[in-house]
Amino acid sequence: MINLAGRDILHAWGKFVFTGLGLGLLIGVTLSMAGIYRGMVEDAKVLLSNSGAHLWVVQQDTQGPYAESSNLHDDLYRGLLAVPGVARAANVTYFTMQVRRDSGDVRAMVVGIVPGGPGEPGQPGYLVAGRHITRAHYEAVADVTAGLRIGERIKIRRDHYTVVGLTRRMVSSGGDPMVFIPLKDAQEAQFMKDNDAIVRQRRRTTANPAFNRPGAPDVLEAVIASQNTNPYVNAVLVQLAPGRDPEAVAADIRRWKRLSVFTRAQMEDILVGKLIATSARQIGMFLVILSTVSAAIVAFIIYTLTLGKIREIAVLKLIGTRNRTIAGMIMQQAVGLGVIGFVVGKIAATFWAPIFPKYVLLLPGDAALGFVAVVVICVLSSIMAIRAALKVDPAEAIGG
Amino acid sequence: MAQAGVRINGLLKRYGTGDAAVDALKGVDMQVAPGEVVGLIGPSGSGKSTLLKCLGAVIEPTAGRMTLGEVVIYDGRWQIRDLRTLRRDKIGFVFQAPYLIPFLDVTDNVALLPMLAGRPNGEARHRARQLLEALDVGHRAEAMPAQLSGGEQQRVAIARALVNRPPLILADEPTAPLDSERALTVIQILNQMAAQYETAVIVVTHDEKIIPTFKRIYHIRDGRTHEQAGEGRIMQ
Ligand SMILES: Nc1ncnc2c1ncn2[C@@H]1O[C@H](COP(=O)(O)OP(=O)(O)OP(=O)(O)O)[C@@H](O)[C@H]1O
Ligand SMILES: [Mg+2]
Repeated sequence: MINLAGRDILHAWGKFVFTGLGLGLLIGVTLSMAGIYRGMVEDAKVLLSNSGAHLWVVQQDTQGPYAESSNLHDDLYRGLLAVPGVARAANVTYFTMQVRRDSGDVRAMVVGIVPGGPGEPGQPGYLVAGRHITRAHYEAVADVTAGLRIGERIKIRRDHYTVVGLTRRMVSSGGDPMVFIPLKDAQEAQFMKDNDAIVRQRRRTTANPAFNRPGAPDVLEAVIASQNTNPYVNAVLVQLAPGRDPEAVAADIRRWKRLSVFTRAQMEDILVGKLIATSARQIGMFLVILSTVSAAIVAFIIYTLTLGKIREIAVLKLIGTRNRTIAGMIMQQAVGLGVIGFVVGKIAATFWAPIFPKYVLLLPGDAALGFVAVVVICVLSSIMAIRAALKVDPAEAIGG
Repeated sequence: MAQAGVRINGLLKRYGTGDAAVDALKGVDMQVAPGEVVGLIGPSGSGKSTLLKCLGAVIEPTAGRMTLGEVVIYDGRWQIRDLRTLRRDKIGFVFQAPYLIPFLDVTDNVALLPMLAGRPNGEARHRARQLLEALDVGHRAEAMPAQLSGGEQQRVAIARALVNRPPLILADEPTAPLDSERALTVIQILNQMAAQYETAVIVVTHDEKIIPTFKRIYHIRDGRTHEQAGEGRIMQ
């Protein structure tokens, strides 16, 4: 027996290839949407892994520092170091802003870190170029996706920084590249007021008799100094001594220090389950719509192709072709269309993934799932055409 | 041998019921011997297509009896369960238009029937080629139907009708789209093949050019048949 579906596809290959191409681009978009979701999850995990932390210590009753704002006193980490099981603890600040450069500005997540060895939590991790921050001020390490070059001068709030190193895969959960700067600078930048505001506040403080007491000039100076320093950080990243149970240490810190503490697993829950959950639902909605549109296209094309073959189908039935054979022919064509579409879509998605501004992670498992979905959709969408074909009366071939 | 061929006795066909009922066949009697080609002629609406559809087992008659070879296929009701297989193995169809399958080449258009009957592809194609040679279209065996002339297509359609060696061929206006020379060639081929394969052939036609070629003609009028001797002139 010959494969009728295959012969028909070879005969009308133009129709199939063009339809397959269109369908393929649609499938490519679908795969990319899944890839964007995977990329977001992966970015979140990388963000957590690259921080090098086992525990995130944040302000009580907040889910900081990524999902909610959190403020902690910057000397709190010393107390944490005394908690049994804690090996290292480092202050860190996060704030998202526009980083200015000569040619426009880039949106970035500015991370304040304590310059130190790469073993310290919160460090940029692996560098693709340049070096780590070594000075206490005005040096920066940026993620390559920010598009900055080594030696470039950037401006964060009022201060200029020199880019000394480039890192990779360091982006916020929103996909913004990270720019690391020394903690002191970051604290200042995060809370800094402009000159006028400082002058105004100084004037007001000076005018307040409670601060500006005759005979006690030190008070005024101390108050002004305290108004212009920022003793807060957003989180303390904690590394544990080997073999310590993160849950147990976290419970200790919670009990003694009245702080919120999250383990790696809890942090992942917050990032994936809460921070990007809306985006995930958005993407899920897209997937549903794209699958529906793909199904409609396959159904429509296969139905049209089948209606165009009613005469041939009547003849095939008249000369004794089984209904099963005819249904199989139509279904195979639908699946054939799907396979062409899937191949085109996979290739397209692979080609355009790197062009996306955010990380697109195409997992082979997702592709396999997508393939199964395409086949199922094609089989289902051929049902309408098959019903039409089975209704064809062989008597039609004889005519009137 | 007297028993073989096709016999139809008192065949009735009523379309619809009640007030809308149409009696398309009101008592058709007909007999065609193996190897014989008979003409079936009659005015429009007389029941020619209805008769072919009943014989071709695509619509069910209302009453009567039909015998194909030794087998009673209809006697008040179908006597055979698998009409699909009956059509495939026992009846060849030739239509006004050739209705070849456009996505199969000429050989496979013909070989499809034995393949549907479960013959291996090689054997089916071999048989198809032999028939195409016999019908003088062997040189076009590799072509697609759209690349053939009307007469060539009709010969391929005849090859398809013959390939399973059916005892009966039903031809509905097989010469309508052809000029007189080609029309006569087609009839000549049908006669040859009928004789060679001992096939009974019924040709429905309006075509004045070919009517003189039949030895026997059935006139059908208002659902009833009348037999008449023909001139039986086959040229060359
Ligand atoms: N499916 C049907 N339902 C109801 N009546 C029908 C049906 N098919 C045919 N008829 C009627 O049966 C009668 C015979 O029709 P048939 O098609 O057999 O004629 P015919 O001899 O083939 O005519 P023509 O030469 O025009 O093809 C006609 O009166 C026609 O209207
Ligand atoms: Mg008719």
